[in-house]
Amino acid sequence: MIGAGKIKQYTNVLDKPLNKGRHEVSLGAFAYLFSELVQYNQTQVDNIGELERRLEDAGYAVGTRVLELLCNREKGNRRETRLLGILSFIHSTVWKVLFGKVADSLEKGTEHEDEYMISEKELLVNRFISIPKDMGSFNCGAFVAGVVRGVLDNSGFPAVVTAHFVPVEGQQRPRTTILIKFAEEVLRREARLG
Amino acid sequence: MAPAVPRSGDAIFANVERVNAELFTLTYGAIVRQLLTDLEEVEEVNKQLDQMGYNIGIRLIDEFLAKSNVTRCVNFRETAEVIAKVGFKMFLGVTASVTNWDQEGTCCSLILEDNPLVDFVELPDTCQGLYYCNILSGVVRGALEMVSMKTEITWIRDMLRGDDAFELQVKLLKQVPEEYPYKDDE
Repeated sequence: MIGAGKIKQYTNVLDKPLNKGRHEVSLGAFAYLFSELVQYNQTQVDNIGELERRLEDAGYAVGTRVLELLCNREKGNRRETRLLGILSFIHSTVWKVLFGKVADSLEKGTEHEDEYMISEKELLVNRFISIPKDMGSFNCGAFVAGVVRGVLDNSGFPAVVTAHFVPVEGQQRPRTTILIKFAEEVLRREARLG
Repeated sequence: MAPAVPRSGDAIFANVERVNAELFTLTYGAIVRQLLTDLEEVEEVNKQLDQMGYNIGIRLIDEFLAKSNVTRCVNFRETAEVIAKVGFKMFLGVTASVTNWDQEGTCCSLILEDNPLVDFVELPDTCQGLYYCNILSGVVRGALEMVSMKTEITWIRDMLRGDDAFELQVKLLKQVPEEYPYKDDE
């Protein structure tokens, strides 16, 4: 119903104007919410691989929506078709909007042609999380890996994305690297486009 | 005299670290979606959201008390005002208003016009019984329980169901005096 009150009621959420994206919530609120997400998923799975997969799936959904939102708002509905284009979009625009800063670095893998890495000293989602020893290499950055995979998949760049801890000399907390391994077809297309 | 003046919600919010509300909104949406896929029953999802909110609330109250320097509330009216003006502002960046006090002063409504949890959200027909923001009711309940107030929280109005605002009814059931965990003579 379109109400006559002080707020215009929109019957369809798609008719509502998109806000400019200046709205903020406290870091604490997000941290609590993320911890509940991880805790809930811990009760649903038996092993770490499953847990990472579930976090990634949650992130994938976020990535899909972030791509749509940002394409519309930041880039005026232009679509990235080149590999470096989409990578720098993720590294700067997506990171800036979601985490408030651009990612620390974007590197091309030396061993394989299809690997790229986005590194971050401390992922926002991992800030208040400590991994117990018996969980080995589990990384809650799997959520962020899912976000990246969501953005890439929906832009037409299918890839396998994972998050890894990389120990750094002289630093107590290891760096986090998001490893992106593109599918064959992406590299073939990229080669064709010259 | 209170040792420190209680800070206003705006001042605290300006001082805490903040993140983009869209990340928050989308993460919450992912959580609700996961719950709906796993549990399938809307009532179950409501309960699980409330439980998650409760877990958050019992931890959130510590951060709230530490950062806001509020003095002990004299009565429930003050409590509700503090939650609406300082609490919501500090964590969600929006203020709520308090209305509909009953005669004894134990039941009131918190009205939220702007809710970062529900940006971009529309409830499909299959989920009509879902209280999408039920996590908020759990948070308030958990936080108040940690300061010795047992409450019952229900949603009166829900914008996703066609109302014009979010209205949360907070009913004080009883004040539980704090139990000293150790016997005095031990």
